Amino acid sequence: MRRADGKTVKTIKIDVAKCNGCRACEVICAAFHAKPQYSSTNPARSRIRVIRDQVADLYLPVYAGEYTAAECAGRDKYVIDGREYEECAFCRASCPSRDVFKEPDSDLPLKCDMCESDPTLAEPLCVKWCLADALVFEEREVEVDKAAAIDDVDLGLRALAHVHGWQKVKDALRRLGGAGNEG
Amino acid sequence: MRYAETGFNLEVDLTRGNIERVATDPRDTAHYLGGLGTNARLMWDRVPPEVGPFSPENLLVFGTGLLAGTPAPGSNRTIVSSISPQTRLFAFSMMGGFWGPELKHAGYDKVVLRGKSPRLVYLWIHDDKVELREAEHFRGLGTLETAELIRQELGQPLAQVASIGLAGENRVFFASIEQGRSSASRQGLGAIMGDKNLKAIAVRGTKDLYIARPAEFMAHCNAALAYIEHREKNPITNVMPIMAGLGSPQEMRVHDEQWHTENFVWGNARHRRKGFWTQDIAAQWTDTMEKMRTRLLSCHNCPLKCGAAISVDTRICSYMMKCFSKLTYTMGAMSDLEFGLKIAQKATEHGVDAFSAPQTMAFAIELHEAGILTDADMAGWPPDPEGRFYWLLDHIVRREGIGDVLADGTHWAAERIGKGAMAYAHNNIKKHEQLPLKLGMLNPIYFLMYSTGEKINITQIEGNFPQQPFETRAEREAFVKDWEHVPDERFKQWFVEWEQRGEKSIPNYPPVDATCEIVHWQEMLHYIDDSVGLCAGLSSFPYKPPYHLHNLPSIISTGAGLELDEEGLKHVIRRIRTLVRATNIRRGMRRKDDKPPDDHWKKRFPELEAKLLDRYYAFKGWNADGIPTRATLHELGLDFVAEELTVRGILKDGDEAASAPAASAAATARSAP
Repeated sequence: MRRADGKTVKTIKIDVAKCNGCRACEVICAAFHAKPQYSSTNPARSRIRVIRDQVADLYLPVYAGEYTAAECAGRDKYVIDGREYEECAFCRASCPSRDVFKEPDSDLPLKCDMCESDPTLAEPLCVKWCLADALVFEEREVEVDKAAAIDDVDLGLRALAHVHGWQKVKDALRRLGGAGNEG
Repeated sequence: MRYAETGFNLEVDLTRGNIERVATDPRDTAHYLGGLGTNARLMWDRVPPEVGPFSPENLLVFGTGLLAGTPAPGSNRTIVSSISPQTRLFAFSMMGGFWGPELKHAGYDKVVLRGKSPRLVYLWIHDDKVELREAEHFRGLGTLETAELIRQELGQPLAQVASIGLAGENRVFFASIEQGRSSASRQGLGAIMGDKNLKAIAVRGTKDLYIARPAEFMAHCNAALAYIEHREKNPITNVMPIMAGLGSPQEMRVHDEQWHTENFVWGNARHRRKGFWTQDIAAQWTDTMEKMRTRLLSCHNCPLKCGAAISVDTRICSYMMKCFSKLTYTMGAMSDLEFGLKIAQKATEHGVDAFSAPQTMAFAIELHEAGILTDADMAGWPPDPEGRFYWLLDHIVRREGIGDVLADGTHWAAERIGKGAMAYAHNNIKKHEQLPLKLGMLNPIYFLMYSTGEKINITQIEGNFPQQPFETRAEREAFVKDWEHVPDERFKQWFVEWEQRGEKSIPNYPPVDATCEIVHWQEMLHYIDDSVGLCAGLSSFPYKPPYHLHNLPSIISTGAGLELDEEGLKHVIRRIRTLVRATNIRRGMRRKDDKPPDDHWKKRFPELEAKLLDRYYAFKGWNADGIPTRATLHELGLDFVAEELTVRGILKDGDEAASAPAASAAATARSAP
């Protein structure tokens, strides 16, 4: 349950210098998310990808983030310690400009879910399988501004109003309340 | 439904440019697993002994191991098989890296190449789309260079590329096939690829690979990973630092090279330099390595870091290196580490084997010193040994002048040069250059491994049993406490009893029968690795590895959907081993060829050596000449082999009598508690 005054953020700290490029993270991610679980593996389905270029000595683990329907207009290049990272290297998006973070057969977008499962795992499996410690799992508490936070019910009602108009929503509430459904 | 494997091979006829996707028989998987095992069956069926290495009929097979690409840590091996130009025998060089898993994900277990392309081409495999593409514009280019240009040309940064350099194109007998941080280096398979006019195989795969019994299989994978973590935190004491952990010898990570530099021999496998490893040298070499090594690197899905990116110029990674190639050029040229790491960059781009190439160059320098090769032969070479190594490398890979002779390796070069040159090709087994090592007292275990290992490379047969006894009995007893890997308790006893001096020391201990079993066990593990595609560095090579005889049957079974118990796996491996033996026997190999380099040990014992071979052959089910007997072949379901060996007059009636009683004695020993 979400706490009113703060929440836990799950973070994976990526130490690029420690990555040995073995791609175990990709293998175990794909296997964990296979259906049935572990029945197959396929790094092309992984929600973490090691952006790598052996000759340029680039080894950069990146997690799948949000889907985006459009590519960026402008792009950047990063030069860090003499290594030149390509325009999209650090980007987490599943996007039309590249074929990572998409299911290879359907092109549906993939997104890291921190190995969400029941019961909850102690840490995402890519972290567990990274014995080089290039990936380290961290949980931290963050403050949430109460005033700014929008209540779930508020959010739902606003969405309904957006579609049907406030008057209809008000009518409906009155009707439901009058029926004494609160029990 | 096929598990761990795809069930399809790619058959490529380079002469006609024909490519076919061929379904394989699941019974072959049950009988030969994959990798080396199924490669061996293909070679037996399709490459008769009349076919020479450079015949279009010779096959070049890239066979992934049965488990390659599965989540089992370190399952990434590809076995490249053909007939070696150097030994003229069945070659099965192995490579790690990322190529094998990528091929599996593209939907194929093997690429089987035959014929010769009329033009230089490369093969591009992208899932269901497979094509031969023009490669004339890559002619002469380096291995890594070519791989990079192919990825750019295809617009496929994730493609994995195995390629040859100038050495392979020019059919240098010790040319390698390079693949990023890995290579199939031994036995000259790069020359076969060059002869077929195939510059590279690029592959990109995005398909699923299935696991038969996921829950059980993953439990094994997780246990292996946990055990690797445990072993990394608890290195083995009493052994040299590079051998204390897992993986291949940790040459890239560990700076202490006293053991190699003082116990191995320099130049043309000649000079022992005791006292070489001074504080100054240690400081200088550590500094070189720290400056030039930019990152430690792993193969596909493996937590060990056996490889390294090495920088020799302004680039952060000029090439990638692993294991003993760190020292072979340095020691061959009697130079320093910086020279070794620099010339290895050129050698890797040209694509030559880091054992045979420096040995051949040091051999040439010795021949010149001896006056057998003249100044005229070496016209234009520089005066310093380092300069001469660069000059020789260049002439060899281009096959220019004397380089054309040397490009055939020390044995064939010596034969062409004559004038007593053969005495200088002294470090060979079956015409193939070996690790530069010369020792005093014969070690019976190593005698058998050097003599009979058909990969013809000691590191590909030695492994789990310590190379020498520890100093005290207490140390040995401590070592065997958690030694769950051994086939049975007797192996522990043999090690505990093994002394450095006195009655129970080499050459008389371990006893002959124990020696046979120790060698058989170590070899069996290598054959398992080569067939299932697990890295030897997590299995057959280091002490106390995560994979061993007691968990491998279940790992293989749950991954690939087989029903193998320990006896079943042993039986399959014996079948594969015997088929490899028969393939070479059919090509003329016999007992006379099963010997170490003459000068490997100073103190030799001809009677003991003969007895060791006799008993070992019997233990393996081979006759006195090293030929598998009909009974053995029948027991292993290899009657078709027996038939052919009989038709060819290799197996004759009565030949097996000599080995029969000993064979049954060995069988009794095996069943003893």
